[in-house]
Amino acid sequence: MKKVYANAAEALDGLLFDGMQIAAGGFGLCGIPELLIAAIRDAGTKDLTVASNNAGVDDFGLGVLLQSKQVKKMMSSYVGENAEFMRQYLSGELELEFNPQGTLAERMRAGGAGIPGFYTKTGVGTVIAEGKEHKDFNGETYILEEGIFADLAIVKAWKADSTGNLIFRKTARNFNPPAAMCGKVCVVEVEEIVEPGDLDPDKIHLPGVYVHRIIKGEHEKRIEQRTVRKREEA
Amino acid sequence: MPWDRNQMAERAAQELEDGMYVNLGIGIPTLVANYVGDKDITLQSENGMLGMGPFPFEGEEDPDLINAGKQTITELRRTSYFDSATSFGMIRGGKIAAAILGAMEVSEKGDLANWMIPGKLVKGMGGAMDLVAGVGRVVVVMDHTNKHGDSKVLKECTLPLTGKGVVDRIITNFGVLDVTHKGLHIVELAPGVSREDMIAATEATIV
Repeated sequence: MKKVYANAAEALDGLLFDGMQIAAGGFGLCGIPELLIAAIRDAGTKDLTVASNNAGVDDFGLGVLLQSKQVKKMMSSYVGENAEFMRQYLSGELELEFNPQGTLAERMRAGGAGIPGFYTKTGVGTVIAEGKEHKDFNGETYILEEGIFADLAIVKAWKADSTGNLIFRKTARNFNPPAAMCGKVCVVEVEEIVEPGDLDPDKIHLPGVYVHRIIKGEHEKRIEQRTVRKREEA
Repeated sequence: MPWDRNQMAERAAQELEDGMYVNLGIGIPTLVANYVGDKDITLQSENGMLGMGPFPFEGEEDPDLINAGKQTITELRRTSYFDSATSFGMIRGGKIAAAILGAMEVSEKGDLANWMIPGKLVKGMGGAMDLVAGVGRVVVVMDHTNKHGDSKVLKECTLPLTGKGVVDRIITNFGVLDVTHKGLHIVELAPGVSREDMIAATEATIV
């Protein structure tokens, strides 16, 4: 089965519909599927629910889908870097469901692993626990959180082989594997596509079973906080 | 003289023992890394890394290598990378020995508030709720009072909580307090701070 597509628009063809739920990989602007986000903007798909740790910045990452008002609801843990996000949220145009970061990651992983719910200590006694089932195990209280089953996962990896086996690079891995797992369909953008056999099978981070479509492209990979030390300090 | 930011960080570094895996929050907790000395400490960054190194030299920044504060960093020889679900698995699973975090308010019951001020811009809790619920030991490092001079160490937190009964130890410019079931216990006073000064500056019960 052919998984490699020519570009982001072709890879998303037939997958997008208004009101859909999308899980996106990335942490801040690191390891985000920037080409697929741009293609969703160009496709104009509306009323999206997007599960992503962050919401990009105003002009990059998921911020571009907020600018174009295609997002109805965000499921995130931290949205502090995005002024347009805050404007839409405070004016009531955008729904926001805060998830603790580890709960969001586990909700994606669980969805991908066929687990509709799990109990966690995270958030017990806070606003996050309101309205959720509480249950005690071994004398400690936990809350029930639900797995995420997204219509589409959009993911950035470093390398893929043409069967969809993926390798990520450094901290750009972040939410990409759990996001990929929880999508009914998963589209991946990579920096390099190689032939089957070119990746060491022992070093595959995410097996191709989770990956349906792949594109290769040029990535801007913008840095959010450039912090350096002077050579004299070494 | 109460402790300054660096002295608070230096005191907090004494909480760390050889061999520990530790998560440091943003602000004063980040400075703790400067004072670990010869201790073998592995820093976790919850976006998916164990063995966090210092900032890169100019020109060697890598957009694929950042910490949880989204700052460019470097790797060490011991470094490992993993996904966010694995990262919070080790946090939730109690594999990370300690977290050193900043706070807006802490209560004498160990409740922590550090993510939200109602009516102000809400940015989100990030990984703070997972960290305080999961790691072995939670140490808060913060100024004892806010900019109006009001105590940040309270009988009850007024702000929305990050975690309930999660804080083990509080390090402020005034000294070190432990959360016990009876109230807060003074472990140490900063130079020039008396027990009476500490009690006067603290709304919470000190036993």
